[in-house]
Amino acid sequence: MTPFRKSRRWLAVLAVTTGVMAGAAACGTGGGSGRPGQAGQATPAAGTVTVFAAASLTGAFTELGKAFEAANPGVTVRFNFGSSATLAQQITQGAPADVFAAASPATMKTVTDASLASAPITFVRNKLQIAVPAGNPAKVDELKDLADPKVKVALCAAQVPCGAAAAKALAAAGLKVTPVTLEQDVKATLTKVVLGEVDAALVYRTDVLASGGEVSGIDFPEARQAVNDYPIAALAKAPAGDLARRFVDLVLSQRGRDVLAEAGFELP
Amino acid sequence: MTATAERRGAREQGRLGRTPWVLVVPAACGLAFLVLPLAGLLVRAPWSTLPRRLAEPQVLEALRLSLVTASAATLVCLVLGVPLAWVLARVSFPGRRLVRALVTIPLVLPPVVGGVALLLVLGRRGLIGQWLEAAFGVTLPFTTAGVVVAEAFVAMPFLVISVEGALRAADPRYEEAAATLGASRWTIFRRVTLPLVAPGIVAGAVLCWARALGEFGATITFAGNFPGRTQTMPLAVYLALETEPEAAIVLSLVLLAVSVAILASLRDRWVGGA
Amino acid sequence: MSLHARLVVQRPRFRLDVSIEAASGQVLALLGPNGAGKTTALRALAGLTPLSGGHVTLDGRPLHALPVERRPIGVVFQDYLLFPHLSALENVAFGPRCRGVPRAEARRTAAAWLERVGLAEHAGARPRRLSGGQAQRVALARALAVEPRLLLLDEPLAALDAHTRLEIRSQLRRHLAAFGGVTVLVTHDPLDAMVLADRLVVVEDGAVVQEGEPGEVARRPRTDYVARLVGLNLYRGTAGGHQVRIDDMLFHVSEDLHGPVLVAFPPSAVALYRDRPDGTPRNLWRARIEGIERHGDSVRVRLEGPLAAAADVTPAAVADLDLSPGQQVWASVKATETHAYPA
Repeated sequence: MTPFRKSRRWLAVLAVTTGVMAGAAACGTGGGSGRPGQAGQATPAAGTVTVFAAASLTGAFTELGKAFEAANPGVTVRFNFGSSATLAQQITQGAPADVFAAASPATMKTVTDASLASAPITFVRNKLQIAVPAGNPAKVDELKDLADPKVKVALCAAQVPCGAAAAKALAAAGLKVTPVTLEQDVKATLTKVVLGEVDAALVYRTDVLASGGEVSGIDFPEARQAVNDYPIAALAKAPAGDLARRFVDLVLSQRGRDVLAEAGFELP
Repeated sequence: MTATAERRGAREQGRLGRTPWVLVVPAACGLAFLVLPLAGLLVRAPWSTLPRRLAEPQVLEALRLSLVTASAATLVCLVLGVPLAWVLARVSFPGRRLVRALVTIPLVLPPVVGGVALLLVLGRRGLIGQWLEAAFGVTLPFTTAGVVVAEAFVAMPFLVISVEGALRAADPRYEEAAATLGASRWTIFRRVTLPLVAPGIVAGAVLCWARALGEFGATITFAGNFPGRTQTMPLAVYLALETEPEAAIVLSLVLLAVSVAILASLRDRWVGGA
Repeated sequence: MSLHARLVVQRPRFRLDVSIEAASGQVLALLGPNGAGKTTALRALAGLTPLSGGHVTLDGRPLHALPVERRPIGVVFQDYLLFPHLSALENVAFGPRCRGVPRAEARRTAAAWLERVGLAEHAGARPRRLSGGQAQRVALARALAVEPRLLLLDEPLAALDAHTRLEIRSQLRRHLAAFGGVTVLVTHDPLDAMVLADRLVVVEDGAVVQEGEPGEVARRPRTDYVARLVGLNLYRGTAGGHQVRIDDMLFHVSEDLHGPVLVAFPPSAVALYRDRPDGTPRNLWRARIEGIERHGDSVRVRLEGPLAAAADVTPAAVADLDLSPGQQVWASVKATETHAYPA
């Protein structure tokens, strides 16, 4: 292994682990750095739209945010990327969000149950893949290989959407897998694969793509049984209601679909 | 006892005059700042379902694991950290200031990054981990020992800094006196230095234990999360937060109550007498 | 069986260079003002301060090459440095334990030493519960319990109040007399030095300025510092027979000397007069009173004039003569009460 490879892996790890933080930092600078005439900054209610989105949407939404700002001069898009459950809690606790894009219907339901949003629309689907480290040291080909006790497997914890999906897929395949760890989110799970600490993990296709080739993804038929729907909704108490609806429209538009598809999402 | 304390309090008041409000007001604000979040937890706690939730085996398992690993990590920190503090305080060597700064790295490093760094060194493909596995068949990630390693990594600076401070404050002439009586440097360390800085070591160990007990980021990154093996209370709290915020509150309160009880009893036994 | 040492310690703004010799059983006092280097010399003997040069030889063996813990020494520090976490007995037993004596035997030795210094009933006490005098005795017992060949005492009585000091001083004298090795004691108090030491070495600015038996040093001070310590007026002059020229004044002495000499006389030898006395004593000069202060049972009058001098007079004399600062008086000293010796 050359030093170059090593340092690249380092970067990949950092990118994965700090992905959420980086997303948060991006929203801190308003995503509109260097643009002239930031009138929106002065009157945030009129010129800022705040989007709470699942961490897996970081790449695609950041790009869409730029497009939205370009199409609406003076408007700033602020993102809060994180775990869907955490975001849902922040919203029900009164966080000033305009748009919520969740990684699971269940987390969106927390918000709609509190009458803070209505009629969410499923805009993408995410499918699980088996992620294996470069070189696939344990020679994993299909889902049932994960049941081999010699294969170290990382799964997401059942409490988070990717964990629920993994449990569903494994149940559909009738497999009993004992993981070495139940990670707190999909990025953490992926980190374990990137570093080669585990031989395989069940993560989303989009995450495998975002890892930049450090891990390989293997499709498996049972993933069909555990497709994750991503719902989006403009929030009922959105401070920038009009902008919120326009942002949701952009996500649902052909432009939005192209960007999301490129990130590895399936379109409904 | 109370009467004595009161009399002493009265004497101190008499000698120093009234307590100045410029200190009392920020002090009260500071206390409120630290205590109010706890009050928030207490208010929101689901008292009616508390007994049922506490009886869940997963909770007790996580609690036991937390106490065991935090204590083991504190032990590791004592064994490695006290000598390190001694070297920093008593041996002058080129680059000592740099080493002193390096000791604080785990304080500054986000714990998650610390966990990744540990993986890069001690992981299955890590610099040392690779060799550990090849030579002894030992892998640390995803094991209880891994939890101890992660907690010790994050908590050690608290011990080293407080013990080094105690060593610097201790009068080095006691060590000279011991030398004139024929004590070797090791005997001096064991029989004079250690007892003299014992209060500093206890304080450092308490800080270290508390930090280890609350450790989350480095632990979940390095050791992963598996009930009974690596899932400590903070990890259980974090995951409970995803779906059941009330359960998370209960777990937090349990962790809090147990640690406060342990620290208070230790204080009475070792620190209170001084 | 003796100590020979030349101690050279070079610091950026200070240089200590003293030679010390003492026989076994002898008590040598290093006397000097603060900052003279006495304590540095003591630390150098103990090995706590490294030598820049010189040597320490004890009983014919070189000591300077040994680390502190290997030297056959016992040290009593100025503030005793009793280990606060150990009882008096454990403090005294510490040295023997470090030198390989089994625990029970070390404790027996310690108990015997505490008995000898009269503290048997305080064996279990922590240092914090001991009085200053008791702590001093524990420190002495601790230093002696290792059966050193060289006992080093740094201002052993300085931390004590006047009353305790008197008592401890005589006890210390007894213990030092019983000690068979060499004792080096550092003090700035001439009385301690006179009472405890067989030999004085006066150190000023890192160098030895005078040494000798206490009586000799007290009678014939060689520097202003020593003269002040032993309470004498001291002058430098040039002798020609029984006359000594001190600055502009011709002084009459009983000794017959030639060349550079020192002249000393005690303040009590100075007589003061309002008017010029009739009897024309040989040494008479006009002086101005600079200050008046109590000094024990008498009154010390500081005089300025051709000879700056201290004069001790009775309180009655002060009243009779109505002495006050700024006043002009006549001062006289009988030749028989002066002491002149070669410089």
